[in-house]
Amino acid sequence: MLTEVFTLRQSEKEERLRAELVELVAHHRRNCPPYDRILAALDTDPEPATLAELPWLPVRLFKTRKLASVPDDEVIRVLTSSGTTGDVSRIHLDRAAAATQSRMLARTLGTVLGPRRLPMVVVDRAGVVGDRRSYSARGAGALGMVNFGRDHLWLLDADDRPDVAALKDFLARHGDAPFLIFGFTFMVWRYLYEVARDHGLDLSQGTLVHSGGWKKLADQAVDNAEFRRRLGADTGLTRIHNFYGMVEQIGTVFLEGPEGGSLYCPDFADVIIRDPVTWEEAPVGTPGLIEVISTLPTSYPGNLLLTEDLGVVHGVDDGHWPGKRFSVLGRLPRAEARGCSDTYTGGR
Amino acid sequence: MELQRLRTVFRTALELPEEAEVDGLEYRGIEKWDSLAHMSLVATIEDEFGVMLDTDEVIDLSSFDRARQILEKHGVVLAD
Repeated sequence: MLTEVFTLRQSEKEERLRAELVELVAHHRRNCPPYDRILAALDTDPEPATLAELPWLPVRLFKTRKLASVPDDEVIRVLTSSGTTGDVSRIHLDRAAAATQSRMLARTLGTVLGPRRLPMVVVDRAGVVGDRRSYSARGAGALGMVNFGRDHLWLLDADDRPDVAALKDFLARHGDAPFLIFGFTFMVWRYLYEVARDHGLDLSQGTLVHSGGWKKLADQAVDNAEFRRRLGADTGLTRIHNFYGMVEQIGTVFLEGPEGGSLYCPDFADVIIRDPVTWEEAPVGTPGLIEVISTLPTSYPGNLLLTEDLGVVHGVDDGHWPGKRFSVLGRLPRAEARGCSDTYTGGR
Repeated sequence: MELQRLRTVFRTALELPEEAEVDGLEYRGIEKWDSLAHMSLVATIEDEFGVMLDTDEVIDLSSFDRARQILEKHGVVLAD
């Protein structure tokens, strides 16, 4: 697989990212006064020796305050996402940041999809985009993906029922050459996998890109390995790539490699797993909170974010692509998350 | 080929009135050219001019002028 963005070994990546992020942190401090005040209070080292020492923000900060590094009249999009608490993150993009995030998402997914736009099944309904100005997270996710396809089939009708006839028709036209499937993980399972299995449909030429987590499938005992195994055995679909990403770092996705089971970081991004009590970097194999790192955010200070997701690094420079490979284990239980927020006193 | 055809494509795909000025349009510069309309614009351009755009070109197609340049790359030269 030809890739432009999964090329750097960990040591080289960390040094590059550290240098770029020192500049980005300084840029945001100059242009986003609330961010500058937070970092001033933390008394952080402006030129730390390692990536792990750069100051991070808890991702929920974007739910409680406006953090933008560009003037209002340069903002062309405000992305919102509702979290589990019902609070809404607001992410401000200027023209440059919006263009960069689309381009880098394309580079990342292009690694597994190629440059051509493939006929595409979206496991959602066309109406999910709803009011075009107030995107839901689900709608925004689907919209961000449609650029990668053509001749889109929106699989679900207005009542979220899969249109089996339309799917059969799509497969009759496109099913014998590469095509693309996108959907949220639990919806792919419920609305595509089960339908394809029950109707004996052949998805073997498809490439599936999916995201959204496993919580809604836990009661069916479906995890990533089982998901891949059953899709392969029952529908022939074997090119499957999960990804992890969030609106607060729009354009940055951590992508499952072709071998399955591990997420990889593109060259402009990284993760650090942190002990939820000490905030120290956890060793390989030890679960902790996921800090996501990306050089893409330029119009808001979202380069270094501590998520409320638990993850674990499986290995470094030992997988299909170089760098860290990791898994997301789920959300930190809510009570603990609140505790983290209460006791949060800063990155460093 | 006439540039007028590209203007018509823009008006059709973006649901603009027949007399709407489109030469200076930019992606997200008007409410009607949002990401959903963008896909309909791309599909209409492909049908009208018989081309297939790559993902990078779909992302790069950020204005009327860029659309004209991208079509030129595909050998479709539009005269004023």
